[in-house]
Amino acid sequence: MNKNSNMSVLLRGLLLENPVFVLILGTCPTLATTTTVIGALSMGLAAMAVLICSNAVISLLRKVIPDGVRIPCYIVIIAGFVTMVQMFVQAFLPEIYELLGVYLALITVNCIILGRAEMFASKNTVGRSVLDGIGMGLGFTLALVAMATVREVLGSGSFAGIALPFFSTHTISFFIKAPGGMLVYGVMIAIVNKLTHGKAPRKKSFACAGCPSAAMCSAGACETSAVKEDN
Amino acid sequence: MDTFKNLIVILMSSVLVNNYVLSRFLGICPFLGVSKKLGQATGMGVSVIFVMLIATLVTWPIQHYVLDPMNLGYMQTIVFILVIAALVQFVEIVLKKFMPALHKSLGVYLPLITTNCAVLGVTINNITDGYNFVESLVSSLGVGLGFLLAMVLFAGVRSRLDESDVPECFKGLPVTLIAASFVSLAFFGFAGVVDNLFA
Repeated sequence: MNKNSNMSVLLRGLLLENPVFVLILGTCPTLATTTTVIGALSMGLAAMAVLICSNAVISLLRKVIPDGVRIPCYIVIIAGFVTMVQMFVQAFLPEIYELLGVYLALITVNCIILGRAEMFASKNTVGRSVLDGIGMGLGFTLALVAMATVREVLGSGSFAGIALPFFSTHTISFFIKAPGGMLVYGVMIAIVNKLTHGKAPRKKSFACAGCPSAAMCSAGACETSAVKEDN
Repeated sequence: MDTFKNLIVILMSSVLVNNYVLSRFLGICPFLGVSKKLGQATGMGVSVIFVMLIATLVTWPIQHYVLDPMNLGYMQTIVFILVIAALVQFVEIVLKKFMPALHKSLGVYLPLITTNCAVLGVTINNITDGYNFVESLVSSLGVGLGFLLAMVLFAGVRSRLDESDVPECFKGLPVTLIAASFVSLAFFGFAGVVDNLFA
């Protein structure tokens, strides 16, 4: 498949450049909202909506926004869409609003959205940026749901609130608590590493190259340590 | 006396029980990214405490004296993130001009903090939890201290991890996350401590 075709822009977010398991972006909501499948699904869809809209607008404005103040500009655009989604969810889905709590507002600082703005939307046309938003959003949602399935089935013995036989009588509450989230996330990344071995871009220093602040802190703390390690 | 007791409870519970990194999952990115060396972990932790305190100092009055009277509560997210971003820039400029020594040690971490969800998270949580001004400041201090504690503890764990032999596909982040999971499990032991602190 041609690396730059529109189809590949759409599809690579699903596995090869999955934002959660390969690019390691947006770790906070991944860990926090995956205790239930419903929570994970709604978080994924909310983030996807913001991602598509912000990618489109940032790509439209990519020639207007001056380079020096681009990060604050992106943040304002993203925060605007997050507020819209927040108001929408609060009005029509109050239960989901309760469930997600502060994490809904925190989509603003979700690295996936700022990261895609910086890495993709600021350099590509509107159409491709929207496709990228859809692909990355789907990848994010799928990853969250996959993690939530493991955690909810093992931790509370149900799937999307429906109790399952056997599991509901043998719950391991460790999995819906904080340490369980990290454990499942670590194991999932290892599985994806194994599956995509040699194909996915291997990250030498995680949480930095993918971090949206990497552009701002090129002389920063984690960058220099990463360079040192490469040598 | 009761106020003081209340403040201590807020401080202790945000440092140990509701540790933002280990039990609420806020600020995971810097926790995983900058915890390789003890020195860096400390620098980042101190900068976060600093920014959290200043951010609370500014956002709490904004919420209660500007947004609430004007019924602009829904602007909270936009206003807060803008204030934090501007504040971080401002602090960096001031430090560079007047305290070059401090800037040299903290400066590199400051831009990273703008997009640290723990900072936005603590300012929003202070409002939703209905804390007053002093309580908000104490809770921010506690959250910051908790962040520093988690960073420093984990930097120690990671220096051991570097030398251990792990399976190929677990190398790097996966094994780090699993180690973080055990550190977080250890913090579960604090759950009952604060409730019984003054019992």
